Amino acid sequence: MPGLPFWPPTASGYASQINVLFGALLIVGALTAGLVFFLMLFFANKYRHGSNADRSGTTKKTWRFEVSWTAATLLIFVGLAVWGADIYLHLYNPPANAVQIFVVGKQWMWKAQHPGGQREINALHVPVGQPIRLVLASQDVIHSFFIPALRIKQDVVPGRYETMWFRADKVGRYHLFCAEYCGTDHAHMGGWITVMEPRDFGRWLQAQGGQETLAAQGKDLFRRYGCSGCHEAGGTVRAPRLEGVFGSPVPLSDGSVVIADERYVRDSILDPKAQVAAGYAPVMPTFAGQIGEDDLAKLVAYVESIGPEQARR
Amino acid sequence: MNAPHQPSYLSATVGIRSWLLTTDHKRIALLYFAGITFFFFIGGIAATLIRLELITPGPTLGSPDFYNRLFTMHGIIMVWFFLIPSIPTTMGNFILPMMIGARDLAFPRLNLASWYLYMAGGLITLAALVLGGLDTGWTFYEPYSTFYATGYLILGVFGIFVSGFSSILTGLNFIVTVHKLRAPGMTWYRLPVFVWSTYATSLILVLATPVLAMTLLMLLAERVLHVGIFSPQLGGDPILFQHMFWFYSHPAVYIMILPSMGVISEVVPVFARKPLFGYTFVVWCSIAIAAIGFLVWGHHMFVAGQALYASLAFSFLSYLVAVPSAIKVFNWVATLHEGWIRFDAPMLYAFGFIGLFTIGGLTGLFLAALAVDVHVTDTYFVVAHFHYIMVGGAVMGFFAGLHYWWPKMTGRLYPDYWARFAAILAFFGFNLTFFPQFILGYLGMPRRYQSYPPEFQVWHVLSSAGASILAAGYALPLFYFAWSILRGPRAPANPWGATGLEWSTRSPPPPENFVETPTVVRAPYQYVQGEPRMQAGDV
Repeated sequence: MPGLPFWPPTASGYASQINVLFGALLIVGALTAGLVFFLMLFFANKYRHGSNADRSGTTKKTWRFEVSWTAATLLIFVGLAVWGADIYLHLYNPPANAVQIFVVGKQWMWKAQHPGGQREINALHVPVGQPIRLVLASQDVIHSFFIPALRIKQDVVPGRYETMWFRADKVGRYHLFCAEYCGTDHAHMGGWITVMEPRDFGRWLQAQGGQETLAAQGKDLFRRYGCSGCHEAGGTVRAPRLEGVFGSPVPLSDGSVVIADERYVRDSILDPKAQVAAGYAPVMPTFAGQIGEDDLAKLVAYVESIGPEQARR
Repeated sequence: MNAPHQPSYLSATVGIRSWLLTTDHKRIALLYFAGITFFFFIGGIAATLIRLELITPGPTLGSPDFYNRLFTMHGIIMVWFFLIPSIPTTMGNFILPMMIGARDLAFPRLNLASWYLYMAGGLITLAALVLGGLDTGWTFYEPYSTFYATGYLILGVFGIFVSGFSSILTGLNFIVTVHKLRAPGMTWYRLPVFVWSTYATSLILVLATPVLAMTLLMLLAERVLHVGIFSPQLGGDPILFQHMFWFYSHPAVYIMILPSMGVISEVVPVFARKPLFGYTFVVWCSIAIAAIGFLVWGHHMFVAGQALYASLAFSFLSYLVAVPSAIKVFNWVATLHEGWIRFDAPMLYAFGFIGLFTIGGLTGLFLAALAVDVHVTDTYFVVAHFHYIMVGGAVMGFFAGLHYWWPKMTGRLYPDYWARFAAILAFFGFNLTFFPQFILGYLGMPRRYQSYPPEFQVWHVLSSAGASILAAGYALPLFYFAWSILRGPRAPANPWGATGLEWSTRSPPPPENFVETPTVVRAPYQYVQGEPRMQAGDV
């Protein structure tokens, strides 16, 4: 155990970028604080009561000082804002080849479901160098998925999907925390993220046993919950077919268009009347309260698997 | 002029009724002092227990639920029953009317009613905390509060709701007073900066507190009646709660810090024996902070799931609100240039304020940077940052003002040696407590954790050690102020050589403040070659 840890492990290129920005902020902070402290102490000593320092040059044009330090701070601040925002935007642009893992937070554990159907609790195994996209849901209160070594964090708000992505580039074992207070065992809602060599990762997946893939499990559920009765060929009710839908724009009955992403699919299951596809009657019943987040993830994975992008994954 | 046969506001009437039914702003200020001090030490006890608990990586004093109740109690008490009312209701109440040459606030009875509302709210919430506590944190995030919280949430929230009216009415009282009761010649640009800061604070109190009241009412409606507003289980939106909560709670940060900035703007010129550098800029920076402060609440929600463009805008605005604060710091430091600087206790607290507030403000720049915030939000970095502002800033300012106006309020002097010792002790204790928390935060230590990975322990132990020094720094004034009241030498009217109107009348002041309504002839902080030029006919 190292005695005095000063700096967290840095396990991704993104995390290194944060280090650089943080370092720049440290320099700006240290220079500014240093200047203020130095002047304070310098003046306090030089102009202490009773000293015979020269006090004849009473400053007159105060607005010059005001304008220059206002302009200087403003300029530096705007620069920092732009820099911080620029890196932040990376978080919103996951690469297309990212592997998708569904994560459900509940009091007080994180449950992850890999595309191959492997499941783990309070742990996440990922291959090094591979972009990973997490689709996060909460079953109860707000949680926050936080991996300090990757410098990423995302609140998981119940009732909707959140997503985040990362590409770990250093093999190792890193902390996984819940960062949003969620009740009694908030401090124990976490574990480890293990970044492995692809070969080791493959072996790890094997060792988890031969489950069905998430999408295949979703296909079973698609039948069991009766979705297929309407959404597949030969259905009794006229409902949109779902093949090729995922990831493409869907015209809605109110004239707007949405991209059929995870959030849209999930919302359509739980609140089907909110966003009705154009040309269809709003006849689908809601499944809110009947399907848990685990099964929702499988259904979403299935709908995704029959989308046009399936070949890429 | 300090003849003993002339009654002061303290001796004019006697008996408990004369205090509990008083409409004298000075006596009401002392009533507030009693309440504020009581709640400060209750919140401080909770803080002490928190730091004790965190000495070991596992549970130390009690269960996780015990710890969750502790930090909830600490936050609620310190925010609503100490920090927000602290300077405005005590020094604002006492000094503001005297600074503008008024006999009292505009609505003296409303002022007394405000104190009762504050005490009622405080005691209701305290009852909730004593009966079994709350486990929501002071932020009451949804849907946790509606469906998952245990304990006396309804009672606790109701107490905060009640005390909110005290805030609103106090703010209203100050605004009307500053507009209507200024002495002849007291133009807006002759107002001391403390009056301006309290005025800016009052604007926030009046405009933001109703939003908190609404939010808490909705929370209660949802918890009690299951009206769906914030919980997805009832068709509500948890993010909406955060927007409403922070729309109040971010401006509330400026309610806490603006009055302290006002105190520092009084203390620095007096002990530097020089006019405040850039008076007009300092004044308008207060107003700018109050105004822009309403536009930055979304920076609490960069990872909460708000829209990307909202985050971009809030980040930019957060940098903008930091500019006027930085300008103030530069102006205070520039005031020292070519001064005749004395190092009495109020000035040491003011130095402490400037140093700690600077660090607090600069670390705010880290948090306003979107990408860095993603990593350090909800960690000890945030905890350290806001304690540098609220404890290093607001509380240091409170002590600066308390030591500065103590002779005026009590008519007694205190031992300067001990006061300076306490100021230095608190400064070092504070830094040892909270600086390690910045390091913990970047390491990734989340807040509100009773248990933590063992590699973080060293920093926690250092922090707890600092807290014990800080506690001593805060307890010391209790003793020397008590001694001052009982044995302290009598204070002259103007022990510091200050120029404000409040120093032109006796210490302690007569019930009507001024024997004759003063006429103001010049701007504040008029020093020539280190010698004060008094206002009000140069008493």
